[in-house]
Amino acid sequence: MKQTVMTLTSRRRLTADVFELRFAGDASAISRPGQFVNIQLPERFLRRPISVCDWGEGTLTLICRVLGAGTKELCEYAPGTKFDMLTGLGNGYDVEASPRRPILIGGGVGVPPLYGLAKALLAKGIAPVVALGFNTADDQFYVEEFQALGCETLLATADGSAGEKGLVTALIGKTGCDYCFCCGPTPMLKGVYAVPMLTGGQYSFEERMGCGFGACVGCTVHTSGGPRRVCADGPVFRREEIVW
Amino acid sequence: MVDLSVTLSGLRLDNPVIPASGTFGYGKEFAALYDLDILGSISFKGTTAGPRFGNPTPRVAETPSGMLNAVGLQNPGVDAVIAEELPALRQRFHKPLIANVGGFSTAEFAANCEKLSACDQIGIIELNISCPNLHGGGKNFGTSAAGAAEATRAARAVTNKPLYVKLTPNVTDIAEIARACEAEGANGLCLINTLLGMRIDLRTKRPVLANRTGGLSGPAVLPVALRMVWDVYEAVNLPIIGCGGVSTAEDLCEMMLAGAAAVEVGAANLRNPYACKEIVEQLPAVCERLGVDHIAKLTGGAHS
Repeated sequence: MKQTVMTLTSRRRLTADVFELRFAGDASAISRPGQFVNIQLPERFLRRPISVCDWGEGTLTLICRVLGAGTKELCEYAPGTKFDMLTGLGNGYDVEASPRRPILIGGGVGVPPLYGLAKALLAKGIAPVVALGFNTADDQFYVEEFQALGCETLLATADGSAGEKGLVTALIGKTGCDYCFCCGPTPMLKGVYAVPMLTGGQYSFEERMGCGFGACVGCTVHTSGGPRRVCADGPVFRREEIVW
Repeated sequence: MVDLSVTLSGLRLDNPVIPASGTFGYGKEFAALYDLDILGSISFKGTTAGPRFGNPTPRVAETPSGMLNAVGLQNPGVDAVIAEELPALRQRFHKPLIANVGGFSTAEFAANCEKLSACDQIGIIELNISCPNLHGGGKNFGTSAAGAAEATRAARAVTNKPLYVKLTPNVTDIAEIARACEAEGANGLCLINTLLGMRIDLRTKRPVLANRTGGLSGPAVLPVALRMVWDVYEAVNLPIIGCGGVSTAEDLCEMMLAGAAAVEVGAANLRNPYACKEIVEQLPAVCERLGVDHIAKLTGGAHS
């Protein structure tokens, strides 16, 4: 973990309530895809944890959905605004454990960390299949970005307005993949976990957090290894660790 | 040169800054950021007899200028704390600790206090009486003078260490509870614990916390804590560890002027992991501005 000040450099609307925010600053504490940052907002007591979409030397990309007053504020700041952030939080995905052809499964605002993950896998010579799920065509984002990486990218929407009609889990069968990296709302994670052909994988969890760095134990979940903090021991847990 | 040292029941602290129980774990996360030995002491995570997962999630929520928590005393249990956490903490912090002790019966309070009192690392026992008494109809020990006295008596019988009772603010007359603890041989008091609160999620129209209610902490509670420290200072002749909403060196000095001999910093650590370090560093300048050469002289200074 590293506390640092980052400057918002650009803000791009992706859907009605989802924004891509790019920052410049010290991103050196971020070591793995699937980690997150915890952003302090002037008017809010608790920080806002946001998963890292992409990062580089001195750059950070986050994708934020407006969920409440805090995230609404965060998505309204003008470029040039400086933010106090705790960076490099959480364990992130372990790309070393990946087979040659994993499937990356994302739902809604669970999609962003899979972008950095796809890049990290590609850098290791691993070509992942990407399956993305959204409610409607209007809610989709980053499909072209994944395609631009060269990933085979599958799309599902709940209402069928883009890609296949139905849940993202319906896309898994025809890929032949048996190992997943996934991130999304808990019902999606459970649905993915229940797909019989996926015998291994890494699942990124979400919980309301106090501190985001392990001190308050507000976000503890049951795992096969006992109580674990989503913020510091997770947010990524291996399939074998998960206890629903 | 300002002298920042304070004394609690004969125990000298280099300064009055103490991270509050439940906001600092066993110091591990903070030791990666700064040298913990700059702190006066550490009140580590509340300890119960057996391991506890605590309450289901969500168990934290934001509030105006603060937060609610309903963690529910997650901890590995007293034996694991003594066998694993305290030896690890000894590597990170080299001063006497404050052991926050929970219990759901007088027997559990006594057993936990006895075990922790046998540890040479422990300088002070901090009795968390904001726990439901499972043998008393589930009513919190700390919400009646009789319950507070009962818990204090049980702990006093088994420990020779300084015994500080941590008081809940969710009472009509905190001075009466404080006097009951003093009568049973408490060496000091710590106040306040969190204030009972709630938030409702407008999307689900249900309480945000799975436990429905939780304890309010953060800057929002500072004035409540100051008022209660003031009242208790007037009521008893015991040293007080002030706690509640302190985020800055100035807040800490207010707490001492209200009557605190030392001060715990809680929720501020969660928003700013460097909060305690910054307070320690800023205290000399604030004391100079207040015209005191020894910070201990601030204690009770607001009382005429």
